[in-house]
Amino acid sequence: MFDLDGWQEIFQSIGKNKLRTVLSGLTITFAIMLFTILLGMGNGLKNTFASFFSRDAENAIFIMPNNTSKAYRGYQSGRRIELRNKDVDYVLENYQGNIEHIIRRNQRQVDITYKNKKSNYSLIAVDPAIQFLERASPYEGRFINKLDLNKRSKVIVLGRMTKKDLFPAGVSAVGKYVNVGGLAYKVVGVFTDPGGDNEERLNYIPITTSQALYGNNDKVDQINILYNSKLSTAEAIAFGNNMLRDLKDRFDIAPRDQRAIRVQNRAEGVQATKQTSGALDMIVIIISIGTLIAGIVGISNIMIYIVKERTKELGIRKAIGATPNSIVKMIMFESMFITSIAGYLGMLIGIGVLSYAAPGLEKYFIKDPNVDTGIVIFATVLLVISGLIAGYVPARRAGKIKPIVALNDA
Amino acid sequence: MIKIENLHKSYPMGDESLHVLKGLDLHIKEGEFVSIMGSSGSGKSTLLNIVGLLDVHDEGNYYLNGQLIENLDEKKAALLRNKFLGFVFQAFNLITYKNALENVALPLYYKGVGRKERQKIAMEYLEKVGLGEWANHLPSELSGGQKQRVAIARALVTNPKVVLADEPTGALDSSTSHAVMELLKEINNEGMTVFVITHEEDIAAETDRIVRLKDGIIISDEKVNKKVEA
Repeated sequence: MFDLDGWQEIFQSIGKNKLRTVLSGLTITFAIMLFTILLGMGNGLKNTFASFFSRDAENAIFIMPNNTSKAYRGYQSGRRIELRNKDVDYVLENYQGNIEHIIRRNQRQVDITYKNKKSNYSLIAVDPAIQFLERASPYEGRFINKLDLNKRSKVIVLGRMTKKDLFPAGVSAVGKYVNVGGLAYKVVGVFTDPGGDNEERLNYIPITTSQALYGNNDKVDQINILYNSKLSTAEAIAFGNNMLRDLKDRFDIAPRDQRAIRVQNRAEGVQATKQTSGALDMIVIIISIGTLIAGIVGISNIMIYIVKERTKELGIRKAIGATPNSIVKMIMFESMFITSIAGYLGMLIGIGVLSYAAPGLEKYFIKDPNVDTGIVIFATVLLVISGLIAGYVPARRAGKIKPIVALNDA
Repeated sequence: MIKIENLHKSYPMGDESLHVLKGLDLHIKEGEFVSIMGSSGSGKSTLLNIVGLLDVHDEGNYYLNGQLIENLDEKKAALLRNKFLGFVFQAFNLITYKNALENVALPLYYKGVGRKERQKIAMEYLEKVGLGEWANHLPSELSGGQKQRVAIARALVTNPKVVLADEPTGALDSSTSHAVMELLKEINNEGMTVFVITHEEDIAAETDRIVRLKDGIIISDEKVNKKVEA
């Protein structure tokens, strides 16, 4: 389409008209740089927001009994509601299809001692599926399993921080015995949890062991459910509500009693998260589009100005034999060359600024600000095309203008 | 070389139209050195624009090198200009960011001549107008007379049939003007048809044939300086 000579003409024109080149390039560089930075920061905000919710499984429902606050069906208010194994079976039977995992959970505070080190920790008695809810993964050894549950073994899985507190560095905890509130438990594993230090100071034992050792009953403090992840957010919310209604009926709790049983449904949080991150998306999109429009207006103005400024030169070129097409081509290629390079430069600067500033931005809730290179390239192409369209109209007019008019003009 | 029959041209001025050329007949043969004289408004620039294919006529016939000029679009006009015509303007019209050599070489670029070849030919013509040593200077570094000589070299570089000069000395002092006219005369002596537009008597007097234009019609057409000595 354009030979080496054509490019040489363009490079000369670019090189010898530095102010013009810098002006039009700067507009694009600046627009793309701003676009990249704003988009990156928006993404950073979203990342922060998402990270608040990603520490535990999102498809979790927590059922927590308490005292009734209303008299109902002949019972007085203030009655203690207690969940037992059979209630867990009831929930599982009734909502089989909606439930991926159901977890009984009892919690107590204990002193855990290893050799001469001792500290107070939460001891959580659970079904093994808790690891999916907490997104815990083995750090050493293994997690508690079904066999432990069946045998009511006195085994314990320590949090990574608990182990760090109690064990000397470099010593494996697996196979060692720890003193848990006066009873000896065998450590079968150490887990790590993305929830941070606090969650890594929890310590898990089998629920059956706990029920046998502490009171020899089948009480359950809390039921945790991981609902079927195929459920939509709305379905999951409905599931939680239905379950609450059924349980209230089963325990003779007044339908309006807000306190006797609480069902905390992550699905509701997920919905809120989605809405908020949707709003963030919207803000980022609006800002980005605004920046791009500013860039488009800028480059359009400059292209019109450039063609105007070059009218005389174009007239001379025409008088000595340039065809209208060659004039249009020259302007288009020049514009495309400058804007492409400038856009690429803007992207590099933007990404550079983002990665340079990223560590300092965490305290402003902007985490890992990054951009999809594809989107930035798309934005650059958009500006290049806008520059071309904006330049095409005056370039075409300049191509058509009678050389004598162009010459007299200046 | 240039044959004009009953040429008319008017420009629309609002609702009215201004009749600038009112039926010109002119025949310029190859190798002539002709000047068109006339005060401003006489239609001489319009005539040059039409002859130079920078503008189109309304009525009449125009033959350039025996070819009838009609239905001319911009592209065709550009090709014909590039092939047959060389222009010299009053305001020089050099491209400011190109040096003398590049300015002279530019018409060859539009003619499709390769870079090396372009430079070589352009250099020959620069030397011909006596500016070989100024090849790498920008127009802003040249005097008015030098600029016009670069422009003349540019007009000649494609080896056209006709050189059209629109007030070539209009922006120059009298001694430089004379030098430029001498250069044009020299070119003419080599066989080139030269067509000069001017309003200055002493410039016209240096050509071989003076055509006087007034209010859009030719009032006189006389041969001077018979080239007996040449």
